[in-house]
Amino acid sequence: MVEFSLWDILRNLLLAARWTVALSLIAFIGGGLVGMALLLARLAKVPGAQRGVAAYVQLFQGTPLLMQLFLAYFGLALFGIQVSAWVAAGVALTLYASAFLTEIWRGCVNAIPKGQWEAADSLALSFGEKMRHVVGPQALRIAVAPTVGFLVQVIKGTALASVIGFIELTKAGTMISNATFKPFIVYACVALMYFALCWPVSAYSRRLERSFRNGR
Amino acid sequence: MIQLDFIAVLAEWPALLKGAAFTLALSAVAAVLGVALGVACGWARAWGPKWLAAIVAVYVELIRNTPFIVQLFFIFFGLPSLGVKFSPEFASVLAMVINLGAYAAEIVRAGIEGTPRGQIEAGRSLAMNELQLFMRVVLPPALGRVWPAMVSQIVIVMLGSAVCGQIAAQELSYAANLIQSRNFRAFEAFIVATAIYLALSIGVRQFLNWLGPRFIFGRVATR
Repeated sequence: MVEFSLWDILRNLLLAARWTVALSLIAFIGGGLVGMALLLARLAKVPGAQRGVAAYVQLFQGTPLLMQLFLAYFGLALFGIQVSAWVAAGVALTLYASAFLTEIWRGCVNAIPKGQWEAADSLALSFGEKMRHVVGPQALRIAVAPTVGFLVQVIKGTALASVIGFIELTKAGTMISNATFKPFIVYACVALMYFALCWPVSAYSRRLERSFRNGR
Repeated sequence: MIQLDFIAVLAEWPALLKGAAFTLALSAVAAVLGVALGVACGWARAWGPKWLAAIVAVYVELIRNTPFIVQLFFIFFGLPSLGVKFSPEFASVLAMVINLGAYAAEIVRAGIEGTPRGQIEAGRSLAMNELQLFMRVVLPPALGRVWPAMVSQIVIVMLGSAVCGQIAAQELSYAANLIQSRNFRAFEAFIVATAIYLALSIGVRQFLNWLGPRFIFGRVATR
């Protein structure tokens, strides 16, 4: 029988952690783009956007991410699209992230004093100019800390992609623990790797928040 | 053309109902114990001795920066090799309590830190001991201040419990998986389960928003 050393376990987990990072980045960036589009639709008062986006947010925040992954996996297949676990996980996590980010950012925009909007209106700025020169820069300052904080949620969320067969850190942990019969040490290593990924991001987000509060 | 057959899924309603009831039961136990653990940890971090506060800080950071599914797998698959073996149901509840406890600790701490100094001094001047002071003066309004965040976290943990089906705890997502393995209507089964989760999350949120002011921090609510 083959003996697995701790180094074998760690090396294979580290290799799999690449895909956790890649999937997190795809979901975070994709979610950011979709979330921004939804936010702009809301702010520009596109007919129906107010209610539509609110329902969208409620739908994704009120259901388990695991179910969203299953629905993406089996739902895309219904349309005759050959889906790999990559595509299904990417789509589901992107939509999930977009719902949370659009809601976070809406809060940031709402925190901007009404006078700023009125001042921009009185200067006859167009919607685009208002966003670029008045509301955008101020909202951005407020939004940085919670947005970075949400990245931690996304990284942890990618662990669920293991359930639909996407081979990332958690799935690799399951496979290695099945091969080595050392579940305790393997899952402990998996947890520590997630911690190593997430904790610096959490700490950075907290620091941003503190410096923002002190800098006002 | 896509043909959806919801009748085949809805015909299995007893399994869905049982699963939903199980999810609610898991969440109820986890919510009570998790909030209690959170209060204890919040107390330790804000008022407790330094060494205890440090241990709690490590626990909170460890749990908040790792995924729930890994915590669950560690408890269910990892711990038995040390000789501790749990049923899927017990492992699920344990993981949920530990998870909720860490988040609740931070929420409770935020509430405790918002206590005006004068209230603590007033309690001391009435010769209350530390425990009375915490339980009667500090905690109820602190919970009242952070109750919306606590409710959100309890709902998040309930939705997270969908993962417990992966270790064969017989909750709602497990029921959906069972149904789709019987009739191959995977998409429909998960749509129905997702709709039930949505209804549960809305219902639980409303219930807790109703419950909190009346029974948990009611008599001293800050109005």
